Amino acid sequence: MSAARAYGLIIGVVALFALVPLAGPSNTLLNGMVLALLIALAGSGWNLLGGYGGLFSFGHAAFFGTGAYASAILQSRYGVNAWAAFAVAIAIGAVVGWVIGFLSFRSGLRGSYFALVTLAFAEVFRIIANASPFFGGAPGILLKLDIRPANFQFESRAIYYWIALALVGLTMLVMRAIERSRLGAYIVAIRENENAAKALGVNSLAVKLKAIALSAAITAAAGALYVQYFLLVNADLGFGTWISIDALLAPIIGGLGTVFGPLLGALLLHELGELTRAIAGGVPGIDTALFGALLILVIAFARDGVQGVIGRLFARMTRKTAPPAIEAVS
Amino acid sequence: MLAPDILLSAVLNGLLTGAVYALVAVGLTLVYGVLHIINFAHGAILSVAMFAAYFAWMAGLDPYLAMLVLAPAFYALGYALQRFVISPASHGEDQNVLLVTLGLSILIENALNAAFHSDTRSIDVAYGLDTIDLGFTFLPLPRVIAFAVACAVGLALWYLLTRTDTGKAIRAVAKETYGASLMGIDVAHIYAVTFGLGAACLAIAACLLLPSYYVNPRVGEAYVLVAFTIVVFGGMGSVPGALIGGLAIGVIESLTGLFFGDSLGQLGIFLIFILVLLLRPTGLFGARA
Repeated sequence: MSAARAYGLIIGVVALFALVPLAGPSNTLLNGMVLALLIALAGSGWNLLGGYGGLFSFGHAAFFGTGAYASAILQSRYGVNAWAAFAVAIAIGAVVGWVIGFLSFRSGLRGSYFALVTLAFAEVFRIIANASPFFGGAPGILLKLDIRPANFQFESRAIYYWIALALVGLTMLVMRAIERSRLGAYIVAIRENENAAKALGVNSLAVKLKAIALSAAITAAAGALYVQYFLLVNADLGFGTWISIDALLAPIIGGLGTVFGPLLGALLLHELGELTRAIAGGVPGIDTALFGALLILVIAFARDGVQGVIGRLFARMTRKTAPPAIEAVS
Repeated sequence: MLAPDILLSAVLNGLLTGAVYALVAVGLTLVYGVLHIINFAHGAILSVAMFAAYFAWMAGLDPYLAMLVLAPAFYALGYALQRFVISPASHGEDQNVLLVTLGLSILIENALNAAFHSDTRSIDVAYGLDTIDLGFTFLPLPRVIAFAVACAVGLALWYLLTRTDTGKAIRAVAKETYGASLMGIDVAHIYAVTFGLGAACLAIAACLLLPSYYVNPRVGEAYVLVAFTIVVFGGMGSVPGALIGGLAIGVIESLTGLFFGDSLGQLGIFLIFILVLLLRPTGLFGARA
């Protein structure tokens, strides 16, 4: 796909989604869509590191929570303007990502080890946030309701929806640009064979640090927007395992290492969750159990996720002959 | 300054807890040693085992007797899980095993939640509150039994690994998979056996925990995070490392809890975890990078 067509496709999809609130959806529906977009955003951050870079983090909650807490603390404790706090929270997320990355990559951690260390960092942050009065302890931090656009608080859910959508769209454009850039090529090269990439002169530590800092910043943006939307963050919401899991489920199920994967996956998971809840009623956990099963099925039968499956079906319909299944994510 | 009695009793209690930690960790480290992958479903399987022990007790079977049934049953379950689910779904790629076991843990934990809700249950056995009087401190009887059985299982595993053909095959596959297969060892079978042994250890740990602990769908998660720490601490894949590491972590948790309070006792464990991962990823007893 040519560059212009790819960017055009992203803008077209975002524009189409932007029409949703105009159709007059119920508050519950719009609320679910905002949450799905937040997960798509957090998942896009994960996708840069995990999908393109092959470094599977099991603790992206560390960055999501950092964004949420940084924004909440700056506003409630230091009276910083909400928009400024949002921007600073993203920067702090990037710094935290860089530091965790520096510690882990300097020690050469990857595979299971990297998954474990990120999980441990998220847990440490959760325990500290839960115990320390600075982070509001167990009740967390509640932001004052003060609905003014200058205060990043809006009457209408539609505005939050458009902001979340704009951030997802912007992230997709950035991802597309990275895909075509030297940095993107380095990141993928490290995923495919780190030693070979190093031998060809790629500074793998520097590239991985760039990837994790940007990945953390994107996920922190999702956290900061989350706190703006719900006006509440506590240790389990910010640093809980739920967001670490959702942030990796969305891109893996949507399509690992693809621009549209996280959005596709987040929407699919959201719809699937709604559907199971409608069928199974109040049974707790049944939707998440289904996501676990879906993760196993995707790994077993469609490593390229839903996007890959759709692509193959589409190709089959237009060409009348089945192209070979894609073996690995490329 | 604390009285030596209190300190000693904290150390003893730490050792008692640590023995069960070691039992949970040893299954994890066995699987890592052979498959070179962290089994993220370990905690979820422990939760299943605890529910199984709980329902066995409801049906009138004492947890210590249930162990004799549940250990072989979970061996079979673990064997089947590796042979028919994890291995075929992963296509032999390490990254996939990681995600498949994560998917299993999400699936199992939430299925338990759907079936039994998040209520916490516990059982009430006649000996549940019995203690052993050591003069300066009292040790709860169920935890002393747990310690003794965990040590016995550790010894049995050591015997199995060093003195039997199956043990030799497991060690051969762990060292050199391809070479082992050339010697006629059925590698897929050994993978599944190892997984089964890990699950059997969990079933035993569950029966030991039940009389003095509680059951809910997330109970395994708390233990498995500690088990990850122990496995990393003792050296991924090292069985003696997991046993000694388990006891050490039990004592460290007990002492940090004594000095800094319970919530920070947990923090101490994770900080050790991160420090060991960053400074010495091969662990204190591990040889392989």
